[in-house]
Amino acid sequence: MPAPRTLLDKIWDEHVVCTPTGELPLLYIDRHLVHEVTSPQAFEGLRLAGRRVRRPEATFATPDHNVPTTDRRLPIADPVSKQQIDTLRANCQEFGVRLFDLGDADQGIVHVIGPELGITQPGMTIVCGDSHTATHGALGALAFGIGTSEVEHVLATQTLRQAKPKSFEIRVTGRLPEGVTAKDLVLHLIGRLSTEGGTGYVLEYTGECIRGLGMAERMTVCNMSIEAGARAGMIAPDATTFDYLRGRDFAPADFDGAMAAWERLPSDPEAVYDRVEIFSAADVVPQVTWGTNPAQVVGVDGDVPDPGSLGDSSEQASAVRALEYMGLAVGTRITDIPLDRVFIGSCTNSSIEDLRAAANVIKGHRVAATVRAMVVPGSGRVKRQAEEEGLDRVFTAAGFEWREAGCSMCLGMNPDTLAPGERCASTSNRNFEGRQGKGGRTHLVSPAMAAAAAVRGHFVDIRGWEYR
Amino acid sequence: MEPFTSHTGIVAALDRANVDTDQIIPKQFLKRIERTGFGQFLFSDWRFLPDGSPDPAFELNRPEAAGATVLLARRNFGCGSSREHAPWALADYGFRVVIAPTFADIFFNNCFQNGMLPVKLSEDEVAELFRRTAATGQPYRLTVDLETNTVTDTGGFTASFSVDPFRRRCLLEGLDDIALSLTHADEISAWEAAHGLPAVGG
Repeated sequence: MPAPRTLLDKIWDEHVVCTPTGELPLLYIDRHLVHEVTSPQAFEGLRLAGRRVRRPEATFATPDHNVPTTDRRLPIADPVSKQQIDTLRANCQEFGVRLFDLGDADQGIVHVIGPELGITQPGMTIVCGDSHTATHGALGALAFGIGTSEVEHVLATQTLRQAKPKSFEIRVTGRLPEGVTAKDLVLHLIGRLSTEGGTGYVLEYTGECIRGLGMAERMTVCNMSIEAGARAGMIAPDATTFDYLRGRDFAPADFDGAMAAWERLPSDPEAVYDRVEIFSAADVVPQVTWGTNPAQVVGVDGDVPDPGSLGDSSEQASAVRALEYMGLAVGTRITDIPLDRVFIGSCTNSSIEDLRAAANVIKGHRVAATVRAMVVPGSGRVKRQAEEEGLDRVFTAAGFEWREAGCSMCLGMNPDTLAPGERCASTSNRNFEGRQGKGGRTHLVSPAMAAAAAVRGHFVDIRGWEYR
Repeated sequence: MEPFTSHTGIVAALDRANVDTDQIIPKQFLKRIERTGFGQFLFSDWRFLPDGSPDPAFELNRPEAAGATVLLARRNFGCGSSREHAPWALADYGFRVVIAPTFADIFFNNCFQNGMLPVKLSEDEVAELFRRTAATGQPYRLTVDLETNTVTDTGGFTASFSVDPFRRRCLLEGLDDIALSLTHADEISAWEAAHGLPAVGG
């Protein structure tokens, strides 16, 4: 009988092309996603070496990081951003790569449109020059971020040099309490694993809690694996995955045949992981980050912690610096922190489900006078769906700005940024110094928590929210 | 790629953990479509005061760190985004080596693509190097030798490190790894033939 294998083992074994003596294995890459910021130098490298894209039909591109989220009919004001987006268009044309361009109905954040179009499928290897590629693991794929030199390598060879990562089972028992979301779960996990607890591993999320999550929630969890240091996070495909994929544009023509193969992917019952940690969903409360990395997080019912109470000396030094940057005093109640801005969007939390959750909180309320709030849907499709459901009117009636799809203020490469000192409740994935704008202060939360904070002007515990 | 065999240079000590790639190269500088010219933006938000002048309190701006080519930092260096602009900025500024107890995976891999060596030493060894760098207020030099896998100074410090043998060979020989991978084109084609090219619908 063959040795029991994990989901990671099965995908890995299937995709190793060869392991030449003295070299790292060459791993075959099924899907390569490309965006405007990390690809121009890779295409230029191909051009200089006279190389072609080995499998243009397995390569998909969209501009997302840099794009304005205002009216798409207007020209792009920043000439350098415009050049990067124009360069992507020219490269896709020259090398025969399918581009979901600005103005295309299906443009959006690369990690949103991959699953949405059915480009992402179980059992695949998927890479992109972006660390949040881990998102696609929610469909049972092995997906991870790579650098631009590796982008060039994949374009030229359809393979990647890669040592096999170790496997790490994150088992989450029970069910999330009312008002607690997938975002809270993953922040809770990162807080316990630390920003480097997953380094060198692929995380596989298992257990009753994970099985009960919908696809959007699973993507939120896998998306933030990198914030715990893991290049990839994955969830075994099941009926939820198959129901999500069936009928999508790029789903296999013989869907039932594909499904039969996918059903063999989940880890064998006796499979051994390199590391296992077990968490209880019942312990999770709504989370708010207080610091400048995603592991610096606490429950909404807590206080800004004393750095002296945290970890070792370097973690404590990090926390002291973080509090200074964030302008927060030890012992401040989280619900007493006032906000200037609210951002609902990013590859972590811009799905139709996320927008519904936020709209549900906002309905019948107004954004606080002291707060500027915006919603940026993850893709053109999400935006249209939300408009069909009337969510855009709920947001705008409450005083939110309703924007076009893109990465927007998650990283502030486009004009959507925080001013120095501004404090933002954000559904994105990173609260690093300056991430949303130089001197800006980011608190990571779920969409429902962000919506409630927009209404009240400070954080509130969503579990006690008065829905109208 | 420029080969890396052995390097001796001045150490800049950045006594911080979890230095993320957003700090190494802030996003406003990612719009260039070239690989070069990023050094001027390295650690931009930390390095410069609001008026654009160098912040004298920032570690890299100290006189003893002038001309540094070896960067010393605490653990989880290079966490966050996959942007290769981070190693491009470090290399363009002049760094050939980064020493830390641990590195984020994507940053670690990206260094090797750019002739820059990331060296993992133990927490204790890194702490000792911080002490030695700060001890005299004078420029402190280290030699990092990839042929012997050692880090040494002239005052008796010696530590050894390990590197993946393939990455090591690529650095020592300055190999073009795409050209090397393309020597396996037949195997790649064979894999594709055996698996059928994964169907692309739509």
